[in-house]
Amino acid sequence: MAMHSDHSHDFDHTGDIPKPQTKAIWRTFFILVALTAVEFLFAFTMDAGTLRNAIFIILTVFKAFYIVAEFMHLKHETKALIWSVMLPMALVVWLMVALISEGSYYFDSVTNYFK
Amino acid sequence: MSTSTTLEAPNSGTWDGGNEPLKASYGKLMMWFFLLSDAFTFGAFLIVYGLSRHKHLPYTGDPDAFTFSTQWWPIPEKVYNAFPGLHGVDLPLAFVALMTMILILSSVTMVLAVEAGHRMDKNDVQKWLLWTILFGSIFLGCQAWEWAHFISGDETGMTLSDGTQIFGANLTVNQYGPPLFADLFFFITGFHGTHVFSGVVLLIMIFINTVNGVYQKRGHYEMVEKVGLYWHFVDLVWVFVFTFFYLI
Repeated sequence: MAMHSDHSHDFDHTGDIPKPQTKAIWRTFFILVALTAVEFLFAFTMDAGTLRNAIFIILTVFKAFYIVAEFMHLKHETKALIWSVMLPMALVVWLMVALISEGSYYFDSVTNYFK
Repeated sequence: MSTSTTLEAPNSGTWDGGNEPLKASYGKLMMWFFLLSDAFTFGAFLIVYGLSRHKHLPYTGDPDAFTFSTQWWPIPEKVYNAFPGLHGVDLPLAFVALMTMILILSSVTMVLAVEAGHRMDKNDVQKWLLWTILFGSIFLGCQAWEWAHFISGDETGMTLSDGTQIFGANLTVNQYGPPLFADLFFFITGFHGTHVFSGVVLLIMIFINTVNGVYQKRGHYEMVEKVGLYWHFVDLVWVFVFTFFYLI
């Protein structure tokens, strides 16, 4: 992370703006586009099912990683900040697993137990 | 007794204050934790979607023979298969693919604006902010079209067992499937669209400030970074909405 106060002395200079360093940004962009394209490839060539859903979720996690790590710069923050953000999200994943199986259980009860 | 003391050496221990354990500015930290709380809200929405979907009957027949019914949860690509100007053509997920590309592109132009801010390059910041505002607005327009189409429906509609026909969708009935399906569509994409709208408003505000040289005088473009964090988060949410709502 750049220290912003370092720039305070050069705001009135106009001639010495450094060249843009955008290589990593475009690389991340192409990775995101490629992952999305692969998702569409699977959506049209593969029959729906648990395996296809698993592939979608894995690709989504990869996309999320590139957006958060590179675009939001989290990869370059301190360990403590990374964990402060990631740990609560891990609990959300737990909630998701718990409530989706709850939904399946409810469906199972209604369709089978009251026959 | 004097009210102030002079130290011979400044206190520099761990608990003497002035520490920045996370090495990020106050504003950026608060943006991170706001986004974390926002992620809980979106997480709750998507979890409710998963829960509702699993407690409804899935469609198990041949996908080509699929018809809309309140009995089963619809196959997303049978619902989202329209494209503006191509009426009646079955283009599954084509429009949402376009929207995804637009949002990813806007994320890239945003990160380029942040990068330009690090270099104190006012012209580049302006240029990339304008592109981001443009892509964000196009995305909002696309979403407006998608909503209009979802609400008005198509000619096929859905015929109920008593012969009544339903076209389009509202919060109580819809032609696509169980009422919850349309409710969740409105809430999830609507809440995301509200975030994109707020993002565009924030972008316009920092664009005006950039043009007026506010950040140049301040000596840093951290505000662009903070709005950038928010904007990438909106893109991130779309990645998840796209997978869980449209693909799966």
